[in-house]
Parts: sequence; structure tokens; C-alpha cells
Amino acid sequence: MKIEDLFKILKKYNVEELEGVKIEGDIEIEIESTGIFPIIQALAQELGMAAYHLARASRILGFPVEQLFTDLVPSPKVPEKKEEVLELVRAEFKPYRVNYPGKINEVQLGATPKEGGTRKYSITVGGERSLPFYLFDAEQKNLPVVTVDVFDRPVPFPKAVREHYEDVMEDPAEWARKVVREFGADMVTVHLISTDPLLDDTPIHEAVKVVEDVLQAVKCPIVVGGSGNKEKDPPLLAKVAEVAEGERVLLASATLDNDWETIANAAKKHNQVVLAWTQLDINAQKTLNRYLLKRAGLPENSLVMDPTTAPLGYGIDYAFSNMERIRISALKGDADLAFPISSGTTNAWGAREAWMKESPISGDTSWGPRELRGPLWEIMTGLTLALAGVDIFMMLHPASVAVLKEVIATLGGKKKGSVDKDWLVVA
Amino acid sequence: MKAKSPLEIYKLLPQKNCGECGFDTCMSFAAHLLDRSAKPTQCKPLVEQAKKDEKAKKKLQQIEELIAPEIAEVVIGRGEHAVKIGGEDVLHRHELTFYNPTAFFYDIPDTLDDKEIDERCSRVVEYKKFYVGKFLTIEGMAVRCVSGDAKRFREVVKRVAGYGRPMILVSLDAKCMRSALEVVGEERPLIYAATEDNWKDFLKLAKEYGVPVVVRSKDLNVLKSLAVTFKKHGVKDIVLDPVTEPVGDGLRGTFERVVQLRRTAMHEDKDVAYPIMVTPISAWVMEGDEIEKAYWESVIAGIFIVKYADVMIFKSLEPWTIMPLVVLRQNIYTDPRVPVQVEPGLRKIGNPDENSPVMITTNFALTYYTVESDLTSAKIDCWLLVLDTGGICVEAAVAGGQFNASGVKKLMEETKIEEKVKHRYLIIPGLAARLKGAIEDETGWKVLVGPIDSGRIKGWLEQNWPPKNGDKP
Repeated sequence: MKIEDLFKILKKYNVEELEGVKIEGDIEIEIESTGIFPIIQALAQELGMAAYHLARASRILGFPVEQLFTDLVPSPKVPEKKEEVLELVRAEFKPYRVNYPGKINEVQLGATPKEGGTRKYSITVGGERSLPFYLFDAEQKNLPVVTVDVFDRPVPFPKAVREHYEDVMEDPAEWARKVVREFGADMVTVHLISTDPLLDDTPIHEAVKVVEDVLQAVKCPIVVGGSGNKEKDPPLLAKVAEVAEGERVLLASATLDNDWETIANAAKKHNQVVLAWTQLDINAQKTLNRYLLKRAGLPENSLVMDPTTAPLGYGIDYAFSNMERIRISALKGDADLAFPISSGTTNAWGAREAWMKESPISGDTSWGPRELRGPLWEIMTGLTLALAGVDIFMMLHPASVAVLKEVIATLGGKKKGSVDKDWLVVA
Repeated sequence: MKAKSPLEIYKLLPQKNCGECGFDTCMSFAAHLLDRSAKPTQCKPLVEQAKKDEKAKKKLQQIEELIAPEIAEVVIGRGEHAVKIGGEDVLHRHELTFYNPTAFFYDIPDTLDDKEIDERCSRVVEYKKFYVGKFLTIEGMAVRCVSGDAKRFREVVKRVAGYGRPMILVSLDAKCMRSALEVVGEERPLIYAATEDNWKDFLKLAKEYGVPVVVRSKDLNVLKSLAVTFKKHGVKDIVLDPVTEPVGDGLRGTFERVVQLRRTAMHEDKDVAYPIMVTPISAWVMEGDEIEKAYWESVIAGIFIVKYADVMIFKSLEPWTIMPLVVLRQNIYTDPRVPVQVEPGLRKIGNPDENSPVMITTNFALTYYTVESDLTSAKIDCWLLVLDTGGICVEAAVAGGQFNASGVKKLMEETKIEEKVKHRYLIIPGLAARLKGAIEDETGWKVLVGPIDSGRIKGWLEQNWPPKNGDKP
């Protein structure tokens, strides 16, 4: 009897596949613990006959058949019922498609000589038509960028950060050069914190010299921030706008409680961009945006929002949901919120988990080396908010910058290739 | 969930407003069922009636169906450490909340020796990170058959089971899996994984042992086919693994598969409405040193904690990789409807007396619990004033004006702190330094600016307390 015949017999009993019976090669037929009832007796007889014929044929050909039979003791248990036939139910997965009516405004940062500035290149952010990295919904032609912090006076950094900047802390221009050349910054943020009346109270005309130095030192687009003093920031940023005429500098920041109008007017006049900062409040953001656009007449291509970055562990849930709501509202058509988002990701370093040597809390598992966890804290803060819709990351640690850029390029579809090896076999 | 308004549920309730469920009215109870803050079984009259009466039983079932989450819930393990995954109802946390936090499992390859196995298991079981008033922990172990030896796998599984945590059993070989299930099948491990090649055997195992099962395929048509097939054969506890590829286009593709699966499940396709597994451990197939791999493993985990993974398998058990991930998970799965505030007022830390320092912080729960536990850990006896800043942290409240001198004065009057201490010194957070003058003017107390982080309060007090100049106002 041939194998085909065996299947014919089985078919007669409406069984397509014989569970528990393994057929190897031509003659070795082995019955495992369970068999098929009620066909089993008939089958056993057939199998016996088949084996007999095959064995005889084999013996004639000189094959030591007896050895095969030594442990072939077919003693099948009688099963309760007929087993169901197993077939994969073929189903098609049809992905749900989303098409948003809205689009985020595109904003150009930096201007080349042709465009009225002195930058070697400009950067455009915004333009999204879908949630971040949902390339299957819509193309995302402008991926998020990273701008690295430079301060106009030495600052007390955590140890893991300090070691990277110690050599340039006294010289903002050199500092700017370093972050572009060595750390891969797309842009540089100059924080004029020395203007704070509680710090050095540097006069405005002196403070803006640092901006001029940095514009000389690096050829990338720049961001300039004040000290956060609500009286001094507006005239300071207006002066920055003037000395950086036509450079499309991002001025940080206009707020609801400072003189946003002065900042917006200076930006309009000198072709700059305004960062509108609110504190974790979508309605306040909407209000400030409207003031800047409608009252001050700032063009739509010159506004970026900073809805506040609360870091991982310290309110990132608010920051994430606030940004996600802002982005979704914009995509659904709220024109007042359809602007690129900036994140002060550096805030991650405010978390004690990022900088403290060890947990001060008894009962905690050791936190591990801070040189490793600090940058990771900044990365996690950034990547979480990247998924909420951030377009510009203001960052600090070079390792964090490198990893976040890799994440953006990967999810943004700029990294080809993959690794085929399966983790199941990793030792 | 199917129900869109409490009325749909209310119709099925007894409408007697008996209050036995803990809510005043049936309508209020219905509203809580709708936002999943109550369970149908809390309606005792209906539950009792359902025992005798087919009609009532049906009503109870209908309610269960109406409020069933969009994504199926699957339980891994048994007893106090059992972990529930899935059960989500929304794509964005602000729309309601996310429910069951991504469960973290850690790789235990069966090629390790017993000592190494015990060390890894202990790390999982002992991990603790204090956060907002409680300790965050990690869930369980994923025992992986690398040896290919059913006997060894079974031994290791048995050893790991001794730690009493939920387990994932990892092997594509049905013989090895059976061998493990023979010893821990009762413990409801999640079995990993049924593929296009082995699914028949895994279907049998899932049914025979009543355990939840992962179906695995990069091809979403095949993945869905496997889920449909398992469901057809009566297996309800299914987890989807669309395969995590660690880098480049592979990772981008993984992101697409995960998002598409969850989004499609939420919208129309109930055949894929199951929890999703992501395996950050995939990062370890990359080239690179251990630190790079651990970093990238964390990155993959971060992406998918935010976007829809319900269960994960990790390799790194380094505390510096675990900490950001347990905190991120906690943050993403926090219920945005619940304010994170504590009661303002005066708290005694330890056993303060009339000479003990007086400090002030905000009522943002995270700030408060951090300060409180720092002070307790450092065994400091003091008075802690908790200022109502509307649940905003010190830095933001100072900037936003919720932390201000007149608020501080009011709090000091209300709590009668001046009757409790003889001195007149108030220690304010370093981040509120700029309010020093204003608070001194307003209260007449001398203000000492404390450290920026309360974790450094002990050393600060050693230097600054009791105040040296002794100029008591």
C-alpha cells in the first residue's frame, strides 16, 4: 500500500490529517500515544498490511527490517471523540486610514544670503498633515530638528553635562562652534541669561554682542532666548531682532504676561520668528497665538509655540497630552494652533533622577551611574514629546542629541535597512 | 466601549436608587460604569436577581457587553502578582485615560546557570523606585528556551516559577513548551509564540492548559488570520506580536504595524482588538557594545510605552535603564482626570518640637511626596507647610504666581505655626529663592533659602540649622 492509499482510507472517514500519527520516509510508520477512533482498528489493520508488504519488499532489497520493528509497539489509547480539522482561517487586515483636513504651517528658520541673511542653510519646520511619524497617513517632509543650548555666562551644570562644556563655558562663540562641529546640532540656542537683573544685569546693548559673535562663529540658524525677566526680555529681544536683521532668528519668548507686542513687531520689521510660550494650557496658547497673529499682525509663517516641557517624572504626562491635544486640534482644522512646536527638552536635567549621585530615598533600588541615566532621562523626555508632535528640541547633552536624532531619522523613514536576526536566538 | 451614554446602561439597571452600589442613584452608578470607575457586580440587587432569573441574568450580561473595553483584557499569572494587560478604550490618553500599564517582563535564557538565573530573578522581584507616594515595581520573567533541550527548559521554568511572579514562556518548539507547561500550566503563564508554522500545536497547548497565547507574525494578514483561527477554536486570551525589528526601516515598519493594529482595532476591526506585545530585547541583535544596546533597548521601549504596547520583554536589568521606563509608564498611564494634589496644611515629619525647623513646599503630589520621603529618609524632625498652588510644582508656581508671599502668610496663619515653634525662621525651597524678600516683608519671619532639591536637605541643615546669627525678630 502506498501513502496515497493511506490518505484515501482516511478520507473515507472524513479525516484529512491524522493527528498523532507521524509518517517518516517510506516505511517508518509510528503511532504516538493517541490515535483515531473509530477508524483505528480498520486503520491498524491497513497499516499492518502496508507494513507487512513494505517490509517484505525491503527485506528482498536487503534492508534489515527487523530492527525497525523492535520498538514499534502500537498500543493506541482510545480517544473520546473525533478531532476537529485544523485549517488557518485566512483573513485580510485592512488598515484604518486617517485623513486630516488641517495642515501645520511651515516656518523657515535662518536665512541664506539669497534670502536676506548670512546663514549657510535654512531649516524649515512644520508642514505636517498627520500625527508625528505616521508616514503611512501622509508624507512628513520636514522632520524635527535639534538646537543645542549655549549660555552667555558659565552655568552650574550637572557633572555629566559639565564635562562636555568645561572648556568653552567662558566663550559663547566657541561654545556654539563646538556644539555644531562636534555634537551635530542642527541649530544653536543662545540664552542671554546674564541679562537677568538678579544675575549680572548685563545691559541690552552689551548682551546682544554675544548674538553677533555667535552669528559670526556658526553658519546654522539660531535661537536667541532672554532671561525670563518679563520687563527686560521684550526690549532685549527687539534689539536682538535688530542686530540680526533678516536672519530669521527664533526669538524666545513672547508670553501672555510680557510685552509680546514689542517682540512681534520687532520680528515683523526685521524678518525674525517668534516663539510663543505658555504654561501647559491649550487655551492660553490659543489666546497668545491669536494676539500675536491678529493684534500684532505676525505672519503665520513666523510663529512657533512652546507649550512647556515638563520633564519625565515631573509632569511629562501634562506636557505630552497638552501637546498632543494641540497637534490633533490643529490637524482637525483649528487654525489658531496650526504651528510648529518647540520643546525645552533640557528641562529633563532638572529631574533629580538625571543628576543626583544616588537616590536619597531609603528603600529605592540603587539608581545606577548618573553618567548613563542622565542622558537617558533627556532622551526619554524628548522622544516622548516627539510622539506628541514636537518640531524643535532644545537640548543639552551630546549623547542625548545623538540618540534623539537617530530616533527621529529612523521613525522619519531616513534610515534604511534592518537586522534580520531574531532575538529568540540571542545568547 | 459600546455604550456612549449612561442612559443605555441605566435602562438595564433596577432603577430603584437603593444606593447599595455606593452611589446615590442608578444614574450616577451608570455614569461610573461608563467611565469604568465602577463594576456591574456592585449592583447587588441585580446580581442577586440574576442568580434566579434568566431575564436579570441577561441584563447583567448586556451591561457587561455594553461596557466591555474595545481592546480585550488578558490576565497573565495567578494570585497577588497576576497582571492584567490590554483593556484600553482610547487612542489618546486625554480622551479618557489609559488603563492597564504596559507589563514589563525580563529575559531569563535557559542557558544561564542556576546562580545567574537566581540573580536575574532577584533583581526583578526586588526592584523598587519610590514615586508619588508609592514604590514602582516591575512585573515578571520571560523564560526563554535557547538550549533547545525540553528537560533543561522545564527545569529553569520550574526554578523561576518559585519566585511567584507572572511568567512568559518563550519557545517556538511545541515539545519544549509542553514540557514547561507540564510543570507551570496551572500558573497561567503567557506562552510565546504561535506562528504560521507551529500554530496547530500551540492552539492545542493553549486549549489544553487554558493559558493565554501570543500569536506572532510580521505579516498583519497572517497575524490576523492566526487570531481569528484561535478565537474560532475557543481561545480568547490572545496577544498580538507584530514582531519588533530594532533598527532602520525595520523599526519604522514595527512602529507602523503597532499603530495600525491598535488604531484599526479601535475603529472597526474586532479581530485584532487584543493586547499588543513589543520586544525591546530585539535591540540586542544589533552590533555595538552593551551600553549602546541597553540605550537602544530603552529607546524602543519608550516609543512603544507611549504608543500602544501592552506587554514587553527586556534584557537589560540595569537600574539606570529600568528607572526611566517605569517612570515613563507611570506618567503615560496616570489618569488625567484625577488631580495630582494633596491637601494643603501643616504636616508633622517625625517628632518635631518648638525648636524644630519649619519648611514649606507645594501641594503638587509629586513635590509633596518627594519632600516628605526625603525628610523621612534623612530622619529629620520638622514642620512642613504645604501650600495650595493648585497642584503645581515649585518652579512653575513661582513663575506662575501661585506660590506667593500673601499665600504663604495666609497658610501660616491658618495653621497657627507661630504657636508651635519658638523661633521665627521659615525655610523655603531653593527654587523659590526670589520670594525671600517678599515673604519676609509679608510675614515678618526670617526666610532661609533651602537647597534646590530636597534630597540635599540633610547636608543643608547640618550647615544652616540652628541658625547661627540668632537674630530673632
